Amino acid sequence: MSAAAHGHDHDDLVFHQFEDLPQQRESYIVGMWAFLVTEVMFFGGLFLAYILYRMKYQPYFFEIHKELNIGLGGLNTVVLLFSSFAMAMAVYSHQMKRKKPTLGWLTVVQLCAAAFLFIKLVFEWSHKIHVGHVPWAFQWNEPGVPPEIAKLFFSMYFGMTGLHGLHVLIGMIIIGALQYLIWKDAYSVKDYIPTEMIGLYWHFVDIVWIFLFPLFYLMPQ
Amino acid sequence: MSATVVTPGEAVQAPEPESSSVNYLNVSHTLRSWLLTGDHKRIAVLYLISVTFFFFLGSIAASLVRIELMSPNGLMMESETYNKMFSAHGIIMIFFFLIPSIPAIFGNFLIPIMIGARDLAFPRLNLASWYMYMIAGVLVLMSFLMGGVESGWTFYTPYSSLTTSQVTLCLIGLFIMGFSSIATGLNFIVTIHKMRAPGMTWDRLPLFVWAHYATSIIIILGTPVVAITLLLVVMERMFDIGVFNPANGGDPVLFQHMFWFYSHPAVYIMVLPGMGVISELISNFSQKRTFGYHMIAYSSLAIALLGFLVWGHHMFVAGQSMYQGVVFSLLSFILAVPSAIKVFNWTATIYKGQVRLQTPMVYALGFLGLFLIGGLTGLYLACLATDVHLTATYFIVAHFHYVMVGGAMVAFLGALHYWWPKMFGRMYPDSWGKMSALLVFVGFNLTFFPQFVMGYMGMPRRYHYYYFAPEFQPYHIASTLGSSVLAVGLILPALYLTWSLKYGKKVGPNPWNARGLEWETASPPITTNFEQIPIVEHEAYDFDHGPIDDTWDEESPIRAHEVKR
Ligand code: HEM
Ligand SMILES: [Cu+2]
Repeated sequence: MSAAAHGHDHDDLVFHQFEDLPQQRESYIVGMWAFLVTEVMFFGGLFLAYILYRMKYQPYFFEIHKELNIGLGGLNTVVLLFSSFAMAMAVYSHQMKRKKPTLGWLTVVQLCAAAFLFIKLVFEWSHKIHVGHVPWAFQWNEPGVPPEIAKLFFSMYFGMTGLHGLHVLIGMIIIGALQYLIWKDAYSVKDYIPTEMIGLYWHFVDIVWIFLFPLFYLMPQ
Repeated sequence: MSATVVTPGEAVQAPEPESSSVNYLNVSHTLRSWLLTGDHKRIAVLYLISVTFFFFLGSIAASLVRIELMSPNGLMMESETYNKMFSAHGIIMIFFFLIPSIPAIFGNFLIPIMIGARDLAFPRLNLASWYMYMIAGVLVLMSFLMGGVESGWTFYTPYSSLTTSQVTLCLIGLFIMGFSSIATGLNFIVTIHKMRAPGMTWDRLPLFVWAHYATSIIIILGTPVVAITLLLVVMERMFDIGVFNPANGGDPVLFQHMFWFYSHPAVYIMVLPGMGVISELISNFSQKRTFGYHMIAYSSLAIALLGFLVWGHHMFVAGQSMYQGVVFSLLSFILAVPSAIKVFNWTATIYKGQVRLQTPMVYALGFLGLFLIGGLTGLYLACLATDVHLTATYFIVAHFHYVMVGGAMVAFLGALHYWWPKMFGRMYPDSWGKMSALLVFVGFNLTFFPQFVMGYMGMPRRYHYYYFAPEFQPYHIASTLGSSVLAVGLILPALYLTWSLKYGKKVGPNPWNARGLEWETASPPITTNFEQIPIVEHEAYDFDHGPIDDTWDEESPIRAHEVKR
């Protein structure tokens, strides 16, 4: 069974199951959106649990959240927002078939992502691990706030920012692979769709943070 | 390419008995060509083999449970072993048989063919889903061998987060299984949206495909939630994070909410594909256009959406507020409407049809009766006052076995017998098929009907001993005897279907005189399904316009039933 037997012109970029490039492009984009739906539901379960506990323990959670560093969280928000801008530029450049700007903007994204993780791990997490806020070695001396509630808060904090951080890390790996392929002029990234898909993923990761930041850092009295 | 391969639309010759045409099964024979395949039909066959294997394991656990219950004091197990046994049964049957069975085997095989595509949109993702299934299976079986799980398939906290059994490993396995399921659902959604052949409008889509579309929506919306829930239990066990632990400020009932938010819709992941199968069978074996095509199609969507709004009916006695109970009860009653719409439409399809009672149709009729009982008893449970009495008794066990075994499993067997000649190009002996279908029906009722009665009388579920109420013993014995009849009805197809692979009569493209696209391509199909992407000009149930072509050969078992129009 050769490709010619399909009885239609086969573009080199098109996998055998598709008829033509537009069909393939649309399929990939629909697939990516469907995947993002699953991601929303995945994080959604955690947001639900956190919001319920925050409603239940609001006064305590308010006291506990003062342990978080709003400045660093805010800085990270700016960093991620900028990275989303860079990603949008990378997608645009790829659509315009401009290789160097594509690679350049993707590098900006990578730098932002690295900065985000650096700030998160070195300035925020390591400090909290040091003072004993991880659930498996939890310490809490603040009077007026029950230690188990504080532990619940920090479990959710580490769980949710951890899962988000993991998504950032996975994003960096995928973007790295994409950069390599573009740099090598690989066949699979001749079309801009892979970049577009990774872009969607990246914006999603960004949006998750946009929700995490106010929920954890900016709490009303 | 040999001459026997079919081009849609052309008149098709019955293949010569020893034709050696190339098809998806014999294009290559190496193990590697199977393990690295991207062909949806081969992946379906891989799934068929592995799902059958897990079904076998799950059945063994079930048999042991049933034997154990013949005596009020137990026969051979410790209570702990008993708990592990019914947990293993439930976990394997739900996550490794019912959820993947029809979608991953028949959905995988048929959806691209039914809509006139060469493959699913993402063949590699499809293969990856099978590998995830296998890895998950291995992890879960390891957890059973390394000590077992005794929390039941529902994993209620705080027991599941505190027990020392192998819950962690098992949950990691199920987490991976979730992604396997998501991969399949995502693939179906994209394929159905974007890869339909010219002329295959939504209005012409086979109802089997509609049902899988609705199922896929449930999969991608629900599965991630249960995945994160199970992950939280794992975290709870590993790091004592406290989300579901009341001692740490957490709420164990939150687990139940999150679990049932997935697991109620999941019962429709199990039964909707079965309903899709039944729609195909009933229409074809009545040789009549389905009555109420659009209602059947839209009711699948209605089930997918409403199914997400009723999870609280599993928690009527778990301490939710009365008003919550009332709302969930009402919504559950409403949810029964779309299922009823389907049943009425199927019945109306049979009415004045030219019914041919062949094996798949026997299964389809069995489904109608059993699903009806299963669904109606669901209403007893959705009613607050009766549920307080019936919850956590054998009545529940009987209810969900009627819908999941009588519904989903019977539909699975019907699908197996209907599309078997398409998948492997050979026919099994119809008389054997009918006989085992009958055995399944009789054995099933004998097994599970007594459970309604003893449940109503108060026999609790998941109890190892019932010496406090020995009057239940006759019902348990009847149930165990019934399950051995059921077992014979399940072993027989395994034997004659395997036999037919080599000795069965070869069939042409359309042994059932059906109308769907899948019957216009060769049996078994070629790797790309069609020589050319077909142009669709009629819907899949276009029985009003005479047979498209008379493709069966003289001695085909169907010949005798052929109705002259
Ligand atoms: C026709 C609509 C249905 C209604 C109104 C309904 C209602 C219910 C209710 C209220 C319960 C909870 C009983 C309790 O725990 O006290 C229940 C349990 C259950 N139902 Fe249904 N049901 C329906 C259809 C189905 C279908 C189609 C399936 C599967 C294919 C199914 C599978 C189950 C399972 C597995 C359980 C028990 C779960 C467990 O506790 O282990 N039901 N049903
Ligand atoms: Cu339910």
